[in-house]
Amino acid sequence: MKHLILAAGIMSATSAVAADAPVLTVYTYDSFVSDWGPGPQVKAAFEAVCACELNLVGVEDGAALLSRVRLEGKNTDADIVLGLDTNLTAAANETGLFAPHSVTADYALPIEWTDTTFVPFDWGYFSFIANAGADFPANFAELAASDTSIVIQDPRTSTPGLGLLLWVKAAYGDEALAIWADLSDNIVTVTKGWSEAYGLFLEGEADMVLSYTTSPAYHLIAEDDASKVAVSFDEGHYAQIEVAAKLASTDQSELADQFLAFMVSDAFQNIIPTTNWMYPAVTPANGLPDGFETLITPKSTLLLDAAMAGEMRDKALTEWLGALSR
Amino acid sequence: MAWRTKPLSPYPGIGAAVLVAAFILGTLVAVGWQADGSKGFAASDWVALRFTLKQATLSALISVFLAIPVARALARRRFWGRRVLIALLGAPFILPVIVAIFGLLQVFGRSGWISDILGVFGLPPIRIYGLHGVVLAHVFFNLPLATRLILQGWQEIPAERFRLAAQLGLSGRVMFRQIEWPMLQRVAPGVLAVIFAICLTSFAVALTLGGGPRATTVELAIYQAFTYDFDLGRAALLSAIQLGLTVTAAVIALKLSNQAGFGAGMDKPVQRWDSVSPIRDFFWIFLATGFLLLPLSSVVFSGLVGLFELPSLVFRAAGVSIMVAGASTCILLVLALPMAAAIGAGTKGLVEIAGILGLAASPLVLGTGLFILVRPYVNPSDLALLVTALVNAIMALPFALRILAPAARDVIVSHGRLAQSLNMSGRVFFVRIMLARMRPQIGFAAGLAAALSMGDLGVISLFADAQTATLPLQIYRLMGAYKMDAAAGAALLLLCLSMGAFWLLDRGGRRHAEV
Repeated sequence: MKHLILAAGIMSATSAVAADAPVLTVYTYDSFVSDWGPGPQVKAAFEAVCACELNLVGVEDGAALLSRVRLEGKNTDADIVLGLDTNLTAAANETGLFAPHSVTADYALPIEWTDTTFVPFDWGYFSFIANAGADFPANFAELAASDTSIVIQDPRTSTPGLGLLLWVKAAYGDEALAIWADLSDNIVTVTKGWSEAYGLFLEGEADMVLSYTTSPAYHLIAEDDASKVAVSFDEGHYAQIEVAAKLASTDQSELADQFLAFMVSDAFQNIIPTTNWMYPAVTPANGLPDGFETLITPKSTLLLDAAMAGEMRDKALTEWLGALSR
Repeated sequence: MAWRTKPLSPYPGIGAAVLVAAFILGTLVAVGWQADGSKGFAASDWVALRFTLKQATLSALISVFLAIPVARALARRRFWGRRVLIALLGAPFILPVIVAIFGLLQVFGRSGWISDILGVFGLPPIRIYGLHGVVLAHVFFNLPLATRLILQGWQEIPAERFRLAAQLGLSGRVMFRQIEWPMLQRVAPGVLAVIFAICLTSFAVALTLGGGPRATTVELAIYQAFTYDFDLGRAALLSAIQLGLTVTAAVIALKLSNQAGFGAGMDKPVQRWDSVSPIRDFFWIFLATGFLLLPLSSVVFSGLVGLFELPSLVFRAAGVSIMVAGASTCILLVLALPMAAAIGAGTKGLVEIAGILGLAASPLVLGTGLFILVRPYVNPSDLALLVTALVNAIMALPFALRILAPAARDVIVSHGRLAQSLNMSGRVFFVRIMLARMRPQIGFAAGLAAALSMGDLGVISLFADAQTATLPLQIYRLMGAYKMDAAAGAALLLLCLSMGAFWLLDRGGRRHAEV
């Protein structure tokens, strides 16, 4: 019977304290709820003003997050989904599970924000990260011609991987296939997620890794290490805009609206830069943390709009698989 | 009391097997049921299937072929530190995947130790990424398991056999053919099937070390069907194919396996008289030790820096992991012991196959299926740890059965008739005779289950809320937050905990017994 007692102990240890305060359930990606992510601070800040309990549920990554909501459908427990990006919003919209918002804000995004369902909370540019001091290629064509080695993420399992796929597609259109074919001998390996790829780069397995232009800020601010740099590509950098939306099926509609409005306020946006290591969607009154001014600013922004990204993604994936499977 | 042909009833074991099979197939059906419209089997899935079969077959064959001389050497030699070495050899198997990948790359990678040494001589670094990298990693994971299982086969040969062989003056080769080869015929097919099944569901290892989408496995295709395409029908179909392949492998293994046991001995310590020259044995021991312990020592080295600066949250997660491992071990034993007894009593087919299904079940499908099944009744995240412990137990079941079943069979063969002539009830036989005599195997199986559960990221990531992180999940979160040093420290902590749990249980079972 020992296992039953243990099991009961486990169950009681995990059941949350649900008292009389209303509970707002937010599904998000796992690194958001992590103790080192924005989650704990966001929870404290929102609970200080909402007279409610904020229940953050972590689901792997953005793509898995959307799958979870589709799996649960109209019966979902979620009131809000936070952590999709613009490459996923077309598919998310098709589900018809999300409700329109009425949030307005003075966004600091690289594009004008017009989406009526999804509210942006942070953003960044994809970029290759390298160790300072070497000569770097200035674009994908130069990278493909060089012997610089890179490690990237798989677009089938990782949102940065999908971002890179659409970056090349947005920059090269019909020539994307040729670029990937030329890149294939630069790619050391392809990983399931960001963590593995970044870890391999830090171990010295490749010269560059696909990440964000904001990655050097972590090393500078948290580790006082200025040796990591983002490599600027002259064809422009693809942007990732992370968004949240209210579920149409929510039974906490007002609270959910309150959260979305809170999300673009300083209280939330101040937390983002040094926990999620991304740019806040709205620049807080006290500006960005020291160190962010050292980051590169791409010459131009590439971003397929949500509908286009949804349409392109399967074709781009087929090309990618074809070019790299040879 | 009616006359029975066996000293104990196989029904509890059959019941457990039906439960396990229902659990695995039930989750699969739940996922398939939820599907609306599916693209079905895609052309790329054929490619994935071919690659999966190829790497799993190669990995299983190479692991077992290397394990035989290593196990034989360990069985023949007694030397200082042998027990510690055997315990350490179990470590790669219980490492979390991501930790093992980094350990391997630190040795075999582009800027790893071997490449560094080659660099001193002006040679280019080795290229680990490709099919050979995938197989290398899988052999690293599974060679220790294969060695332990085959070594156990050697240990189950009664000492009297070797004594008799020595008295008859049999040469090493004849002794191998007469005593050791039949044992291998009995043990090796099952080990092959288990490793084949483990490698069938490989995903992150295969992708990372395979160097790109060429190394797409069926498990990756399942993941893609879930998250990228949200095609539940295809996920269920691919998962069913995985199960089918594993069952086929298991059936072939059962057919090939020579079932005749060695009969009873007097439990004397094995003494060998055929040990001619120790050089060959120590060559194999040295080789295996180097291959397995170098990457492990790199995990230890990289972890030392971060170990003393670990945030207290990591220790809380370690506490959670210990709890999950404990629960998982208990669940495992409750399932595995009756099943092993049933196999020992002669009910093979169904029970053995149900036992191996756990390996082939895609963790993603298991987790999602469970999620669908429990959600109407409870909040899945309330059950996160219980579900994790349960799924870990199901995954450890095939190993536990490989360890327990041969011993159970031997106990029944050697003590069953006496028990029946004493009219001993099945329950008393099970508790007083079988459990007592199988203590070393139970300790080994429990240790393996605890350690596996401790190191498994498993389904927790599907269910967890912010508060209930296990140590492997916390390692992932540290990496995701750029904190690679802390992650390496936490990985070392995990390695110590897993090894500690394994050592404790394995030793506990072997008190007063010779390894």
